[in-house]
Amino acid sequence: MRKIYLDNASSTPLLPEVREVILPYLDEAFGNPSSMHEWGDTPREAIETAREQVAQLIGADAEEIIFTGSGTESNNFAVKGLALAQQNKGRHVVVSDIEHFSVLNSARTLEKWGFELSLVPVDKHGVVDPADVVKNIRKDTVLVSIMHANNEVGTIEPIKEIARLTREKGVVLHTDAIATVGTIPVNVKELGIDALSLAGNQFYGPKGVGALWVRKGVRIMPLLDGGVQEGGRRAGTENVSAIVGLGKAAELAEASMTARIEHLTGLRDRLLAKLPSRIEHVVVTGHPENRLPGHASFCVEFIEGEAMLMLLNSQGVAVTSGSACTSRALKASHVLIAMGISHELAQGSILFSFGLDNTAEDVDYVLEVMPPIVDRLRQMSPLYAKFIKTSKGGK
Amino acid sequence: MPVYSEKVMEHFMNPRNVGEIENPDGVGEEGNPVCGDMMTFYIKVKDDRLEDIKFKTFGCGAAIAVSSIVSEMAMGKTLDEALKITPRSVADELEGLPKNKYHCSNLGAQALHKAIKNYQSKKKKGGGKS
Repeated sequence: MRKIYLDNASSTPLLPEVREVILPYLDEAFGNPSSMHEWGDTPREAIETAREQVAQLIGADAEEIIFTGSGTESNNFAVKGLALAQQNKGRHVVVSDIEHFSVLNSARTLEKWGFELSLVPVDKHGVVDPADVVKNIRKDTVLVSIMHANNEVGTIEPIKEIARLTREKGVVLHTDAIATVGTIPVNVKELGIDALSLAGNQFYGPKGVGALWVRKGVRIMPLLDGGVQEGGRRAGTENVSAIVGLGKAAELAEASMTARIEHLTGLRDRLLAKLPSRIEHVVVTGHPENRLPGHASFCVEFIEGEAMLMLLNSQGVAVTSGSACTSRALKASHVLIAMGISHELAQGSILFSFGLDNTAEDVDYVLEVMPPIVDRLRQMSPLYAKFIKTSKGGK
Repeated sequence: MPVYSEKVMEHFMNPRNVGEIENPDGVGEEGNPVCGDMMTFYIKVKDDRLEDIKFKTFGCGAAIAVSSIVSEMAMGKTLDEALKITPRSVADELEGLPKNKYHCSNLGAQALHKAIKNYQSKKKKGGGKS
């Protein structure tokens, strides 16, 4: 049976070059980078090389990069660390309605610690209006955090415009760029932001490693206390092999970004264009043009996401969904709800996220297996039955 | 994908008794699309036994499997026996459900019971068949 991985939004495979460069650090180069002897030298140098590679990818200075254990840690560090560092100036933060839970829940924790939180709404495509961000900025606002692109629906946000406005107001702007770094060009100086999160498993690097970029001069309180690793900003013995892998993945991403974007966009657009012609009552979610090159997200009416996932899985196709049943919290995607999609329709959400290994044949296979799956679930669905009856009655 | 037992997978991939009954003796609906699970049970009753059961379900793998197994468990039983079907017995029959899917077994049992109660209340009003 054909096996097609279309869940690159969740994790990407390691590129062979990345695996190659990691291996020695799982083997003879096992030393602690903080060790002041020969065994520490190679790992220490390797980390600094990786730092340069990551900095290069996002147009930053190497010393501004802090390695973390995940994108989620980067977001926790950014939201809590930046807000706490400035709490003498004020205790109000602003984030968008569609942030990843690692940003949203960090902001909610700040609320428990006495901060106030304002949420910026999005439009039906999931776009944040810069004017709405400004509306929420008060005299005591110390942090704004808006993601660069949404991982569920692919919408890319106008960060440059938002940054211009936050700069005018003198407020620190952090952006969760976990879905964009390594996939589309991200240049921190061009964007004009103050802090940025990224993660390795999004662009063919390892899991369990990420980074936080903080512009020189911006104060941040460390999340992890202990030794003086990462310039005293993030304690803990470094995950050397993963960091080395992250650096290599960054280097490869920079070198082949244009080609990757072209490849992914072709596949994405093929599915976005053809699926709605094969299946009735399906909605494309996210912005039609300003979206991540590999993200094709839909809501399929009258049926539920996990059931779709399971049937697709039985046909060898791996994808993800934002339905309540697929979320541990049993709540439908907050992103889709914030975009004004009904709870009912949000249950039928499905995301195909393409990767470097995917081909046009993969798209065609999906186009072949999806319609019978949708039909089958609709035949079982009381919602579809009701719809058929009312549309017949309406004639 | 949550870790589903083989029995759940079997009932999900090959659900029994999907459909509707024309002129059902009782109908029971439980859940709603906002929550993500909705089941409608249709029953035909003869001599106080469930002669036929059909269902339609909007929901996840567990929801579909639960509906299917409930219809199987209740088919041919007396109304009293069917009313004794509990979420627990449904989950057991399916050889276990993941913790966060137990509510699906609640829905299945409740929807069936609603259908039976619907039939019984119609009968009391003198409008039902026996």
